[in-house]
Amino acid sequence: MSYFVQLVVDGLATGSIYGALALAIVLVNRSTGMINFSQGALAVLSTFVAYAVVQAGGPLLLGLVVAVAFGVVLGAVLERLVVRRFEGGDPNTAVVATIGLLVLVSGIAGAIWSYDPRAFPSLFPNETLALGGVFVSVRSLGTTAVLVAVMVALQLLFRATKLGLAMRAVADNPGSSALSGLPVSRLLMLGWGIAAGLGAVAGVLVAPQLFISPTMLDFTLVYALAAAILGGLDSPLGAVVAGWFIGVVENLAGAYVDVIGNDLKIAVPFAAMIVVLVLRPQGLFGRRTVVRV
Amino acid sequence: MSLLELQDVTASYGQGSVLHGISLSLAEHGATGILGANGAGKTTTLRAISGTVRTTGRILFDGRDISGLGPDRTARLGIAHVPEGRGTLPQLSVRENLLVGAYQRRDRKQIATDVDYCLDLFPQLQQRIASHAAALSGGEQQMLAVARAFMAKPRLMLLDEASLGLAPSTARHVYEAVRRLRRETGLSMLVVEQNAVLAFSVVEHVTVLETGRVTVEGRTDELMGMDSVRRAYLGG
Repeated sequence: MSYFVQLVVDGLATGSIYGALALAIVLVNRSTGMINFSQGALAVLSTFVAYAVVQAGGPLLLGLVVAVAFGVVLGAVLERLVVRRFEGGDPNTAVVATIGLLVLVSGIAGAIWSYDPRAFPSLFPNETLALGGVFVSVRSLGTTAVLVAVMVALQLLFRATKLGLAMRAVADNPGSSALSGLPVSRLLMLGWGIAAGLGAVAGVLVAPQLFISPTMLDFTLVYALAAAILGGLDSPLGAVVAGWFIGVVENLAGAYVDVIGNDLKIAVPFAAMIVVLVLRPQGLFGRRTVVRV
Repeated sequence: MSLLELQDVTASYGQGSVLHGISLSLAEHGATGILGANGAGKTTTLRAISGTVRTTGRILFDGRDISGLGPDRTARLGIAHVPEGRGTLPQLSVRENLLVGAYQRRDRKQIATDVDYCLDLFPQLQQRIASHAAALSGGEQQMLAVARAFMAKPRLMLLDEASLGLAPSTARHVYEAVRRLRRETGLSMLVVEQNAVLAFSVVEHVTVLETGRVTVEGRTDELMGMDSVRRAYLGG
């Protein structure tokens, strides 16, 4: 029994990482209506900025702050200079453009810092607590706590603030929003900026575990996309819960189902995703979109 | 001084020019109808004013040249454009649509009062207040579009083909509310409409466009007396 609980706890810990990146994906979708495949690469580049600060002798907390600021600016600038040209056109083209950004941004990180994984300091002490026979790392607890705090903040932003309402309006129909005086262009930049800043937080949180390298978040991005879609793409709560769900299911299936084992466990979340989407096309927490013709 | 003045305005989408030097003026609290056949440039005239199409010439709003300003800027100056084909935000609720309309305002209490006023103007929206706009009927969406534009507390409303695709009784219902809105708030309006009878119920001046040019203009009662206008727009 305690083995089972341990697997669940470990699954929740990895799931928090998926959830963090999924939140950024949801944020971009909520505020611009797009899916940003370069979300992981932007997060990695920002994390490298934190790394550079630490290398220069600065405290990690300063590194985090600088990384978030860098992420916000990077996201906003990319939206304005690159993504803007694809908005309002064919959504497929926009998706391919963000994949192009993924390759480009990863390449830039690789060119500057090479592809060798490097150690990265942690915001939380590297200790483990034993709670009733189950071991929980302080790092995982810290990551999860930050994730939950960010999720609540995003939920409040979208549900309870005028800015959040404006961002949703622009994602829904930018042309129509402009007719109500919304500064559409600035709101789109802001959506990408906040998302990339959030990605920087996720990157700094997971880098100690994954070791920092340009490809650090490649697998995570795949899981995060699954979590975002499973959760409903427009729901911060859904992204986090689906992230946890994927982390736990992946861990349990890998341990208990012999055929799956370590190699195939990456497929499990996708099987779960397909099953859920067949039963609930809007995702676990997504709002059903209604189209009336 | 007139609230709105167009001086020799042309507009084009890409290559072809749609307006060939239009001039018109609208007094504060006045309402002018723009009539004309398909392709005459009625919708483009409204787009020129709200800044959603490229123009040349001068467009003065309250004495200030607004030509070249984008739609968000003209909206902030007090021009509310209700575009052709229902200007709603489909994935937002009716209440959220109204609040987006009031985005540039800071007077919270008055916003709440104005939401109530809209719901009084269009009681159907009251029952659908939490529904997605996309789930509304065509008539309800048009009502929501007008209400959302009103929520900006504009000085000028541009109303484009509010009757399009609606059952005659629904269209009449929308126009009755628009007439009441004008009577109770003194809101200035430019009304583009294929259905001249509906337009005449709201406006006191009319401008007739033909292929991008103004051909006739005058008070509604004068135009009612003109055979050509009666034949073309009022069914004899």
